[in-house]
Amino acid sequence: MSRLSYIGARLVKTVLVTVAVVLLSFFLVRLAPGDTATVMAGQAGFSDEAFMKSLRAEYGLDQPVTAQLWKYISAVAQGDLGSSFVRRQPVLDVILERLPNTLLLNGFALLVAIAGGVAMGVMAARRPGSAMDAAMTVLSMVFYAMPQFWLGMMAMLMFSVWLGWLPPFGLETMGADYTGLARFGDIAVHMILPGVTLALYFMASYARLTRTAMIEVADQDFVKTARAKGLREGQVARRHILRNALIPLITFAGLQAAILVGGSVLVENVFSWPGVGTLAYEAVTTRDNPLLLGIFIVTAILVCLFNLATDIAYSIADPRVELG
Amino acid sequence: MGFMRRFLSRPTTLFGLAVFLLIVAIALGAPLLFSRGPFTIVGMPLLPPGAPGLPAGSDVLGRDMAVGLAYGARISLLVGIASTACAAGIGVLLGAVAGYYGGWVDDLLMRMTEFFQIIPSFVLLMVLVAFLQPSLETTVIGIALVTWPQVARVARGEFLSLRGREFVQAARTLGMRDSRIIFTQILPNALPPIIVVGSMMVGSAILTESALSFLGLGDPNLLSWGSMIGGSRSAMWVAWWTTVLPGLAIMLTVLALNFIGDGLNDALNPRGKR
Repeated sequence: MSRLSYIGARLVKTVLVTVAVVLLSFFLVRLAPGDTATVMAGQAGFSDEAFMKSLRAEYGLDQPVTAQLWKYISAVAQGDLGSSFVRRQPVLDVILERLPNTLLLNGFALLVAIAGGVAMGVMAARRPGSAMDAAMTVLSMVFYAMPQFWLGMMAMLMFSVWLGWLPPFGLETMGADYTGLARFGDIAVHMILPGVTLALYFMASYARLTRTAMIEVADQDFVKTARAKGLREGQVARRHILRNALIPLITFAGLQAAILVGGSVLVENVFSWPGVGTLAYEAVTTRDNPLLLGIFIVTAILVCLFNLATDIAYSIADPRVELG
Repeated sequence: MGFMRRFLSRPTTLFGLAVFLLIVAIALGAPLLFSRGPFTIVGMPLLPPGAPGLPAGSDVLGRDMAVGLAYGARISLLVGIASTACAAGIGVLLGAVAGYYGGWVDDLLMRMTEFFQIIPSFVLLMVLVAFLQPSLETTVIGIALVTWPQVARVARGEFLSLRGREFVQAARTLGMRDSRIIFTQILPNALPPIIVVGSMMVGSAILTESALSFLGLGDPNLLSWGSMIGGSRSAMWVAWWTTVLPGLAIMLTVLALNFIGDGLNDALNPRGKR
């Protein structure tokens, strides 16, 4: 299969997953006890039969399920995710307002995780069974066993409460009104704790993956050829082994994106980071179901697009890959 | 021969088993160990560990942290084991059918597992639990619903590779029905990797439960480690023990389970390279 038709197939898959997400959401709404009308009536504080009936008619709840489903799908396709019960604003607007902060935090965490993980993995692969190797195994086991939100709280306790090095809360210093570079620096400092907390969990996996890939690639013929040519060990490691060992990380980053988003919900809450994660928490505490569901749809679609991007990047980085 | 010896040969496995058994004992014995329930207020709030009669201090509301930690173990273990059991049930059944028959059933299942891999399952879980109303049952059902594909994937792979083997052909020649072949012939041989995945899933289910109840999506009538942490966030600055201790309890439990899982993996796949 050519690369173009491979990308086409991936696009189709992305669209299918998106449609499945919307279908799933439609049925999730029906899980909650009562329908939109009962919730609205509950918020209005009264519910006589005629009012409920007019509400049901207004929201099309008296129509057959298939008609409702079609209405829902076409609404979502046009970017209409309903309106937030509590904020009285379109759900999509509320989410989009918070999204940049979440993307910033997740992007930063991903970079930290990859950079740190690759560095650790390379060091561990240099001498399998060394102290670095053992330390990495222990660290990854410990990080896997920790609730991520708790790790964040411990980091806050240590670096903000006890040492006073880093700000514990928020995106930027309240009331400081920095502009330009000063604001950038302020946000960067605020991002360190939540970003590194989020990254640590993945750093261990990236380190393990890099280590395995390095050891595996080092065994292949082209590496022996490079050594036989008389290249120095450092050159072989950097140019021949590492480059090829990094390719699996691309796929892995795609697969981990969904977990990253889940972790982000928790970590944002710990550090009061004004992103989609804290928004999800607000939606839970205020019982704002349309908003919560909207967050699921938007994050699912974003993760899906990120997967598409990593799939394409992978096919470019490794032309040997069986496109199918 | 040698399964137990291989299983018990690693010190981490022994450590895991010892810790796990201790936590099970505390969970089961909580009502015997303490005369009062986890919600009983016993004194001033935020007393540090070591205060008279309070080995783990008291929380924001003046409840005994030690009692809360012991009762929290019950919730964590119950949710971890029950949700994994449900997920394993669904996963083995669907994975077996998909792997054994192949064809469109297999295609459908693989698409479904891919779907669950791509979507942010924790956000989906939040939606599920919030919409169904938070309770112990919805937590268990929700976790099972987002984790079963992991088991299905492994079961499917095993059934796919075992279905063509001679002993299966022999069973078929003998006229055995498919359901009997699946459950009495292939399943016992497919179990080892499923057990390993399952043991790892118990730990991650405990982590997921703690995250849900940290966000206030746990059973409001039960005190769990996650809700203890969530409930004492405001006190963290002045009373470290209210957040540190429940977190350590979670970590220790999950670490023990992962060590056991690693030990099982080694013992059940002796040829597997590490």
